[in-house]
Amino acid sequence: MALSEFLQHLVNMLVLGGTYALLGIGLTLIFGIMNVVNFTHGVLYTFGAYIMFIVVQQLGLNFFLALPVAVLAGWLLGAAIELTLLRPLRGSDIDTTMLVMIGAWIAMQSGTLWIWGGVAKSVTTPFPEAPLVLGPVSVSWLRLFVLAAAALLIVVTYLLINKTSLGRAMRATFQDHDTASLMGVNVDMIYTSTFAIGSSLAAAAGALLGPVYVIFPQMGDLAAVKAFAIVILGGLGNITGAVIGGFILALAEELGAGYVSSGYRDAMGFLIIIAVLIFKPTGLFARAERVG
Amino acid sequence: MRIVVTILAVAALASVPLWLRDPYLLNALITTGIFVIGAMSLNLLLGFTGQLSLGHIAFFGIGAYVSALTSLGFDVGLPGGFRVVHEPWPPIIGLVFAILAAGLCGYFVGLLSFRVRGAYFVIVTISFAEVVRLVALNWVELTQGPLALTNIPSIALPLPGFGELTLRTKMQNYYLVLVVALIAYLLIARLVRSHFGRAMRGLMENETLAVSVGIDVTRTLTLAAVISAAIAGAAGSLYAHYIRIIDPEVFAFINTVTMVIMVISGGKGSLAGPVVGGLIFGLLPVALRPVMAPEAQWIAYGGVLMAILFVLPRGIVPSLAQRLTKRRSSTAALALTETGIEERA
Repeated sequence: MALSEFLQHLVNMLVLGGTYALLGIGLTLIFGIMNVVNFTHGVLYTFGAYIMFIVVQQLGLNFFLALPVAVLAGWLLGAAIELTLLRPLRGSDIDTTMLVMIGAWIAMQSGTLWIWGGVAKSVTTPFPEAPLVLGPVSVSWLRLFVLAAAALLIVVTYLLINKTSLGRAMRATFQDHDTASLMGVNVDMIYTSTFAIGSSLAAAAGALLGPVYVIFPQMGDLAAVKAFAIVILGGLGNITGAVIGGFILALAEELGAGYVSSGYRDAMGFLIIIAVLIFKPTGLFARAERVG
Repeated sequence: MRIVVTILAVAALASVPLWLRDPYLLNALITTGIFVIGAMSLNLLLGFTGQLSLGHIAFFGIGAYVSALTSLGFDVGLPGGFRVVHEPWPPIIGLVFAILAAGLCGYFVGLLSFRVRGAYFVIVTISFAEVVRLVALNWVELTQGPLALTNIPSIALPLPGFGELTLRTKMQNYYLVLVVALIAYLLIARLVRSHFGRAMRGLMENETLAVSVGIDVTRTLTLAAVISAAIAGAAGSLYAHYIRIIDPEVFAFINTVTMVIMVISGGKGSLAGPVVGGLIFGLLPVALRPVMAPEAQWIAYGGVLMAILFVLPRGIVPSLAQRLTKRRSSTAALALTETGIEERA
C-alpha cells in the first residue's frame, strides 16, 4: 500500500519534472547569458497555455498542432520583449531591468485578465479518459504525452546549445560577452535569440501543463517562482543542472504534498530557494562563483 | 529652505480632513498614507543600502497579523499536545508587539539573506514573503486561513485622566496615520544623517572599500533591515486596525511591487521621494477609476512603472532637485562670466 503510493508519487514526479525542466532551462539561459532577472517568464508560461486554449477550443484546430504554434508564439513574444524593453536598457543596472520586467509582467498579466476574464478555462484533449494502469500505478495518456513532448524539447534544446554554431556563440557570450564580441559574435543578436528561445520554452511548458490543470491569468506566477527555484538549484546557465533541478523540485513537491500537507506543496520551491542560497549558494552543480 | 518646505507640506497634509469631506477620498488617503509608511521603510533598505528587498510586504503582513491576533486573542494547539491560549489585549499593545515581531523577523531574515547579493538577495526575500503567506493561508487554527481575521478592534489611545479615545472616524485615523508617518520620517531622517547612515551609504557606493575602512557590513545591513522591518510592521498594524479585516492576500507580491513603485518613482535614496511617489501612485487608482476598467488600470500601472524607469530612472524628487540646483549654478556661472572671470567647467 505504502509502496504503491510512493511509486505513484514517483510517476507524477516524472511528468511534472519534465515541464519544470523546460521552464528552468528557459530561465537559466536568460538569467545566465543576459543577467536579466526575468519576471515575464511566468507570463510567457500563461501565454503558451492560452495559445493552446485559442487553437484547440476557439479555433477548433488539432491538439497536436497547438504545441508548435505555442512554441512559435512564445518565441515571437519573447523576441518582441527583448527588442522593445531590454535592448534599450542594455548597460543599466540589474535592478532597473528587473523592475521594468516586473512592469511588463503586471501589464501583460492584466491584459490576459482583460481579454479572457478571470474564469479558469480547460482544454479538451484527444486522449482516452481511462488511464494507463501499470501494476500498482496509473498514469493518464495526456500526462504521458506531456512527458514525451517535454523530453523531446529538452533534447532539442540541448542539441541546439551544444551542437550548433548559434549554441556555441551563446556559450561564448555566457563566458565573456566582451571577448565573444571581439571574436565576431553579434552579441545583440545572441541576446535576442536567447530571450526568444527561453520564452518559447516557457510557452511550451504552459501549453503542455495547461490541459493537465486549468488555464487562468495568474497561473504563471507560481510557475515563475518554481523556475527561479530550479535555476538556483541547478546553477546559473547550467542546462543539465536545470533538468536535474526540475526533477528534484517535482519530487520535493510530490513528497511534500503526499506526506506533509497538500497546502504546503507550493511552499517547497521557496523552501528550496532559501535553503540552497543559504547553505550552498553556488547551486548544487555549479562550478562558477556566484556570490559577490 | 528645506525645513520650510517640510513644515508647509506637513501643514498642508494636516489641513486635509478640515476641507475634504468625501469619505471615499479620505479612505484612499488613509490607506495611501499607510503604504507610504511602508514605502519609507523600504527606502531605508533600497535607497540607502542599495539592497532591493522584494519581500518587504512580509514584515507589513506580520505586523498586521501580530497586532490583530494580540487584540483578538487566540487558542492554538501546538505539536506535542501543548495549547497556547491568549486573552484579547488592547490594540495599542498589539501595535507595540507588531513593531517588535516584525523587527525580530527582520533580524533573522537579514542575517540569513545578506549572505547573498543582487538578484539572489531579491529572490530570497520574495521566497520568504511567499512562505509566510502560505503559512498564513494554511495555519487555519491561528489565522483563520482564507476566512480572514475579522472584527479587529480599532486602536484606542489611553488618555490619562480621561479614559480612552477609540479612533473610529476616518478623520481620527487620518491623523493617527499622519503622526506615525511623521515619526517614521523623522526617525529615518535622523538615522541616515548619523554615522550609521554614512556607513550604509558607504556600503552602497563600494562595499569592498567600505569594508577596508572598517565598516562592519553584516552588522550595518542587519541593523538597517531590523529598523526597516519594524517600521513596516507598524504600518501593517495600522492597516489591520483601520481596515479591521486581514486575510493572507495582504502578503500578495503586488503589494510589495506597489511599495517599490512608490520608492522608485519618487526617488530612492531621497527622504521625500517615497512620500511624493507614494501620494502619486496611491491616488492614481482613484483618479483612473472613473475612466478605466480595473484590468486596464493595472495595465496602465505596469506601463507607468516602465515609463518612469525609462524617462526618470532616478525618480521625481532627485530629478527636480538636480534641475533646481543646475539652474541656480548656471545663473551663478553666468554672473561670473559677466564680471569677466573665467568660467570653469
